[in-house]
Amino acid sequence: MADRRKLVEVRDLKMYFPITSGVLRRHSGDIKAVDGVSFDIYEGETLGVVGESGCGKSTCGRAVLRLYDITTGTIKIDGVEIGTKSQSALRKTRPTMQMVFQDPQACLNPRMTVAGIISEPLDEHTNWSKAQKLDKIYELMDAVGLNRNFANRYPHAFSGGQRQRIGIARALALNPKFIICDEPIAALDVSIQAQVVNLLEKLQDEFGLTYMFISHDLSMVRHIADRVAVMYLGKIVELAPRDALYNSPRHPYTEALLSAVPDPDPKREERAERIVLTGDVPSPANPPKGCNFCTRCPKVMDICREIDPEYRELEPGHFVACHLHNTAGTTGAPRDEHNQQGEDA
Amino acid sequence: MPQDGQSVLHVQDLKTVFSTRSGDIHAVNRVSFALQPGELLGVVGESGSGKSVTMMSLIGLLPMPPAEVREGSVEFDGHDLLKLGRKELQALRGRDIGFVFQDPMTSLNPVFTVGFQIMEPLRRHMGMDKPAARKRAAELLQLVGISDAERRLKDFPHQFSGGMRQRVMIAIALACDPKVLIADEPTTALDVTIQAQILELVKDLRQKLGMSIIWITHDLGVIAGIADRVMVMYGGQVVEYGPVREVFANPAHPYTRALMTTVPSVRGERAEKLNVIEGQPPILSQHPTACPFRARCPKAFDRCGRENPRRYTVAPGHDAACFWDHETGGARDG
Repeated sequence: MADRRKLVEVRDLKMYFPITSGVLRRHSGDIKAVDGVSFDIYEGETLGVVGESGCGKSTCGRAVLRLYDITTGTIKIDGVEIGTKSQSALRKTRPTMQMVFQDPQACLNPRMTVAGIISEPLDEHTNWSKAQKLDKIYELMDAVGLNRNFANRYPHAFSGGQRQRIGIARALALNPKFIICDEPIAALDVSIQAQVVNLLEKLQDEFGLTYMFISHDLSMVRHIADRVAVMYLGKIVELAPRDALYNSPRHPYTEALLSAVPDPDPKREERAERIVLTGDVPSPANPPKGCNFCTRCPKVMDICREIDPEYRELEPGHFVACHLHNTAGTTGAPRDEHNQQGEDA
Repeated sequence: MPQDGQSVLHVQDLKTVFSTRSGDIHAVNRVSFALQPGELLGVVGESGSGKSVTMMSLIGLLPMPPAEVREGSVEFDGHDLLKLGRKELQALRGRDIGFVFQDPMTSLNPVFTVGFQIMEPLRRHMGMDKPAARKRAAELLQLVGISDAERRLKDFPHQFSGGMRQRVMIAIALACDPKVLIADEPTTALDVTIQAQILELVKDLRQKLGMSIIWITHDLGVIAGIADRVMVMYGGQVVEYGPVREVFANPAHPYTRALMTTVPSVRGERAEKLNVIEGQPPILSQHPTACPFRARCPKAFDRCGRENPRRYTVAPGHDAACFWDHETGGARDG
């Protein structure tokens, strides 16, 4: 894996949303939506990001594309540092990175035709002639499996799955290298989900795309991703190659999450042993002291309530942030509080 | 189809049509099923397959017009529910038949306390006075696993998380000890770990209370985990119906078979490529005269375009609506 080129490098990314209170709108706290995450995405691979609602996975995706002004951290995409660039300077780099949004109903302008929607990025970033653009639009519509004759129709005339294809065609228009798919199949029916996922895989092979695939559907992520990151309350708790993560999860949260997915097989389902977590996810405005998961963890220890576990590489490529996997020597040895927050890979 | 006289709810040939400006939508076509005492019937299907509309038709929850139940009978407790008046239905809903809706965020009234909303059916249907109702409401909250119940009765819905709100909804539905509980995608809006909590709760409550439950979902995994019997719907019709283990082990209808292979799993073998059901679900603009699944069906032959298949018995208690025989792999006669 080391010889593969890193397309995306994210280090210690933090995205805090301020909470203001009182008449003077005094800054009284932060919602720590993303609280120090670090990961790499290699060229041509799919990184799956899973977690429950509110864990910061969507915010993380948007922050990586700099749709927000991030709090701190560095983001390098294709060798270019974009973490600190101004939004106007970013426009030039936008063609390399695109996004497919969750709700295909809301992300398409109802007053624009399909051709208009797909050509908007071309209007913005190229000075092609009308004919050139139209050629490209048809080419894209073919690529995502839409009938060319529908180019002048409006989004309302399409079904959910077809609308998602329009969204994908728009994201592909500028030949991006990196696409963030933010829950692209969550709003679709089961039989349509498989169609869209297969399309995304086909396009990846054809155009050599790199995906960050954000989803709460663990079984679909297992299908599409090469490596998977599990987020909880703004942090990555485990990141590993797909098979390692699904076959031998190391973090108690990953274990619980996987065991909570119902199995579509009554025989296996009967034998399955569930780890049912109690309680709810704490508020990201007021995360617990120590490990974020300590309030619900079935294997919680004293140290978990005191010290935030370090995010470390247990085996090559398998990162976990949990005290259970501290080597004997370091267990309980409190370090400098500042270091505990750091997640230098 | 089980025809014994013991079923709690017996639905026969139900047909619901919506009249819209652009014509009729035949949302439910000749749906028949029976619910046995104490059983959990899982209903699966994609959106638009008519699963919610079927259940809402049963107890008159659809706005009429545009909806109209054109045919059929729904036998419950010696009455035909479709012939009851508004008042009688109102007395029945909440008391004998409880309903849990999909979205716990919008189905509670934000301006009343949770306690008030649980006490409402108790006072109305059971004639309880305030202190008795409050006591029962606290018991119910405890039953669904909300701690510190007494105090939380005074809280408003926004003070609860999504999973807790769904628990409150279940508490309201259970308030009057209904004979039948209809749950319409109760866990779809929830996270998997919270869903696991609710599923455990329902298993537990079934043992304690012994009511019949109809559980609508599109998640086959949920069905496999909790249901006794499963009903698969497509295009407003029942395409397969039978005991869970039997249907999962031996699916007879091509749609059921396809559905089971399109869903990836977190356990077991990982398929290199997902199986796909090509095409789109049908638009139900007219009364079906042919099989609704034929356009997407890999097994379709000319008869499927001429006639709408009736349900035939695959095995005792297990039926499917198809002309194709999954055992011989050829056409079925009759």
